[in-house]
Amino acid sequence: MVRMYDVLVVGGGVVGCSVARELSRFSLRTAVLEKELDVGLGTSCRNSGVLHAGFNYAPGSTRALLDVQGNRMMDDLCRDLKVKIKRIGKLTVAFDDEEVAELHRLKEQGEVNGVPGLELVGHDRMQTIQHGVEGVLALYSPSSSIISPYGLTIGLAENALANGAHFHLGQRVTSIASQERGGWAVTTASGDRFSAAVLVNAAGLFAADVCRMAGITEHEIYPCRGEYYVLDRRLDGIVKTLVYPVPKKNSPGLGIHLTPTVDGNLLVGPSAEYLDDPEDCACSRDVMKDLRREAHHLMPEIHVTDYIRSFSGIRAKQTPPSVGGNKDFVVEDRKDVKGFINLLGIESPGLTSAPAIAAMVRAMVEHHLPLAPNPTFNPVRPGSALLFSDRPAEERADLIAQNPDYGEIICRCEKITKQEIIDAVRNPLGARTMVSIKYRARASMGRCQGGFCIPRIVRILRNEFGWSTADFLKRSTSSPLFVGTVRPGGEGTER
Amino acid sequence: MNGRERIPAEHRSVVVVGGGPAGLAAAIAAKEHGCDDVLLVERDHILGGILNQCIHDGFGLHTFKEALSGPEYADRFIRKLRGLHIETAEGTIVLSLSPDRVLEVSTRGALRRIEADAVVLAMGCRERTRGAISIPGRRPSGVYTAGAAQNFMNLENIMVGRNVAILGSGDIGLIMARRMTLEGARVEAVFEILPYSSGLPRNIQQCLNDYNIPLFLNTTVTEILGAGRLEGIKVAQVGSDRAPICDTERFVPCDTLLLSVGLIPENELTREAGVAIDPVTSGAVVDDRFMTSVPGIFSCGNVLHVHDLVDWVSVEAAQAGAFAAEYAGSGRRTAERTISVVPGAGVRYTLPQALSGDQACTLSLRVQEPWRDRSVVVTDNGREVARKRMMRLHPAEMIRLDIAVEALSGCSSLEVSVG
Ligand SMILES: Cc1cc2nc3c(=O)[nH]c(=O)nc-3n(C[C@H](O)[C@H](O)[C@H](O)COP(=O)(O)OP(=O)(O)OC[C@H]3O[C@@H](n4cnc5c(N)ncnc54)[C@H](O)[C@@H]3O)c2cc1C
Ligand SMILES: Cc1cc2nc3c(=O)[nH]c(=O)nc-3n(C[C@H](O)[C@H](O)[C@H](O)COP(=O)(O)OP(=O)(O)OC[C@H]3O[C@@H](n4cnc5c(N)ncnc54)[C@H](O)[C@@H]3O)c2cc1C
Repeated sequence: MVRMYDVLVVGGGVVGCSVARELSRFSLRTAVLEKELDVGLGTSCRNSGVLHAGFNYAPGSTRALLDVQGNRMMDDLCRDLKVKIKRIGKLTVAFDDEEVAELHRLKEQGEVNGVPGLELVGHDRMQTIQHGVEGVLALYSPSSSIISPYGLTIGLAENALANGAHFHLGQRVTSIASQERGGWAVTTASGDRFSAAVLVNAAGLFAADVCRMAGITEHEIYPCRGEYYVLDRRLDGIVKTLVYPVPKKNSPGLGIHLTPTVDGNLLVGPSAEYLDDPEDCACSRDVMKDLRREAHHLMPEIHVTDYIRSFSGIRAKQTPPSVGGNKDFVVEDRKDVKGFINLLGIESPGLTSAPAIAAMVRAMVEHHLPLAPNPTFNPVRPGSALLFSDRPAEERADLIAQNPDYGEIICRCEKITKQEIIDAVRNPLGARTMVSIKYRARASMGRCQGGFCIPRIVRILRNEFGWSTADFLKRSTSSPLFVGTVRPGGEGTER
Repeated sequence: MNGRERIPAEHRSVVVVGGGPAGLAAAIAAKEHGCDDVLLVERDHILGGILNQCIHDGFGLHTFKEALSGPEYADRFIRKLRGLHIETAEGTIVLSLSPDRVLEVSTRGALRRIEADAVVLAMGCRERTRGAISIPGRRPSGVYTAGAAQNFMNLENIMVGRNVAILGSGDIGLIMARRMTLEGARVEAVFEILPYSSGLPRNIQQCLNDYNIPLFLNTTVTEILGAGRLEGIKVAQVGSDRAPICDTERFVPCDTLLLSVGLIPENELTREAGVAIDPVTSGAVVDDRFMTSVPGIFSCGNVLHVHDLVDWVSVEAAQAGAFAAEYAGSGRRTAERTISVVPGAGVRYTLPQALSGDQACTLSLRVQEPWRDRSVVVTDNGREVARKRMMRLHPAEMIRLDIAVEALSGCSSLEVSVG
């Protein structure tokens, strides 16, 4: 059986999900094919979670345009999708004359790009914005913000789904062929077949591979890893504003810095290391050491017990290490290959730009397919951006009285209730891995890293959802949590 | 007006937070010392704390002169508690605690606000994780803290793996090495970064030596490998700076890595209440009545400092509970702290950190490294006050030292050292 769609999006990262959500405004049959068992498990859950203001990019570049547009769209989008966002602003700090000159240039560049509210601030004003910052001059950009990157990706996907888009998880695209009567025939690793008039390549680190499947050979992706530490929420509130150094020429990233997250943790990172394997999300000893040293330098009050975990994300660079720096995003409707919309090299600020990329893709799709509005489109996702524990006590008391599952805490570090776990398990996309529950409910993301809640979540899934030991996967079919039961027959809990 | 005021407050005399061995003993003692209004709050659905998953025996050797399993030991206290008709709230978690002893408590069906005359903190501890010790490498499944694996095996009948390596020679790891072997898993080895084991000597014998499981000292895990499930680890010997020595690195295939790398007292509530924390124990600073720096808030058990024997948890907690009852009943009178106690040479920490001098006391302490045939000496400005000679002093074994009230007269600052 071939499943037929109007548009197939390859890749369910923030870019692919933005595209699907944008297209769900129209009466189109749209599907996302994602190789992992959930959306957002690629680079989209592994980044700094910063909405960049847009002064770092050359005027006239696609990046500059899409970043500034995307940033502007985020307030409405996050309100509708119930995604956490904080407009905390950023200071880019100069220490010497050369850097001061560069700041002036960045301000002008930003203004040409349309970045709102840019301001050069001296030492005193710097201190009132963020206590303890040192430097000669800083560029203050109020539209720089923080956001939950997986929250955004999941929100986009769920809203797209609610508006009629399809999500096929665990489907790795392995071949793409143009059909005689026009359009594309797509096959996945499991042998399933799909077809569509338009194909959108949003495969992130694998975008060049997807291009090659369609006969486009000119692109190359050079994976470049960024490692991070996550710090304990104990330090929440100390960093009120993003503080970055002035970017170095030809450096692959923006340098190591402290980034608060919307959930109250601090990130230290990212590093930049080129690698061969686009999925080698490891952390390495030397880099971890550098990060700890740098963190201590940036914030002496960090204690050894504040490091609660580390992770890494991989940039989809178009430039090899010998060249360094960045290249502009590729966002193109291929003239030579009809119906192939190519989104490639979407590294930073891809998270910020995603909704603007989607709008651009919509305009491209319109060249191939008629776009009639979807009469039932509802931009609003139900629920709340707040965790239960962040709501006022009185509201919590009422909700607990109505639903006892709100009274039972399953994740003690993040104070996540049983009802929030149940909601995450019953997510509309049907994602069923432990990381799916983690990214939706926030359980196990705190200081004990799941030592307390994972056994409890397992108990709920076995007793109330009938899972057996073989059903528990960390993130993929190759990452089972368990190997079986201790004693035969005891698939239920003994307690 | 915020929500906190709108939820009506209940008033209780003594509230005990945590229903493990510490909380049980504290609640019992509070009642036995004349407090009729004791409430014990436990977030789990059953009382007993960590003991519920400790199905091995070896509990209660000092107190009951017999080797009980964890649940059996807990059961003795639970029966007594029930016999005394002490009110308990299971499935109930304390979410916050203010310096004026107002607790926000959540349970199925209700969010409660409780004002207490005295609070005994007995929340136990949590395990250190991979993140806390920064092990490099990938993030496959199959990496567990030893206690979580123990919970899965003993309470959920779940087998977490077949080929096991264990990092850290803490007691839980040692016990799990034996447990997994008995259930048919192959335990490759236990790796310990220190030059000595951090578990009890009796557990090294009974859990490793008896099953021919090797223990590699001065060795740590340098990398975790595997994209899906764990495929193996790299281990290397460490130098005197505890940094890995590159050319000793080797690969150990395994599908499971258990971490037994230490326990962290669970003091989030304590910090929130403004209680001073000892940076070495990561527990509260207390006086000889187990009262913290915040009047009316007491602390005992693993949340105060990590214990190796449950018997001492019960003894310590009973004292804390009795003093909490006394405080609540006396119109909140606090004793004056006249004597400070600090660790000296060879001693990692000592507790309590302050004494009133008006009663006998027991110091709990741990040494920094293993010693043979030495004494623990307590001095007051250079003058010897107490001494305890021991054949073996080991960081894994907590030492208790009694000081009579007479010996304390005239003292102002005690130092405890290995002499
Ligand atoms: C260290 C780091 C820090 C960053 N910080 C920021 C920041 O602060 N702000 C910002 O705006 N941006 C930031 N970025 C960039 C941002 O994270 C990315 O631009 C964005 O996540 C890219 O989204 P994507 O959907 O293109 O890619 P991905 O999230 O990688 O999604 C691609 C998806 O395609 C799937 N896929 C691949 N091949 C196939 C196939 N053959 N079949 C089916 N599915 C397939 C993958 O599984 C994946 O889910 C950062 C990036 C990194 C690495
Ligand atoms: C695996 C393991 C093996 C051991 N083996 C031995 C042995 O063989 N022999 C021996 O003598 N000792 C042994 N011990 C040591 C001994 O069991 C512990 O020292 C003792 O259990 C500590 O008691 P506790 O009450 O302080 O903490 P716990 O037993 O951890 O109890 C703390 C309780 O507080 C509850 N709690 C925490 N926070 C809250 C909150 N906010 N609200 C409500 N409730 C809360 C918890 O749910 C828990 O029930 C072992 C310990 C472990 C972990």
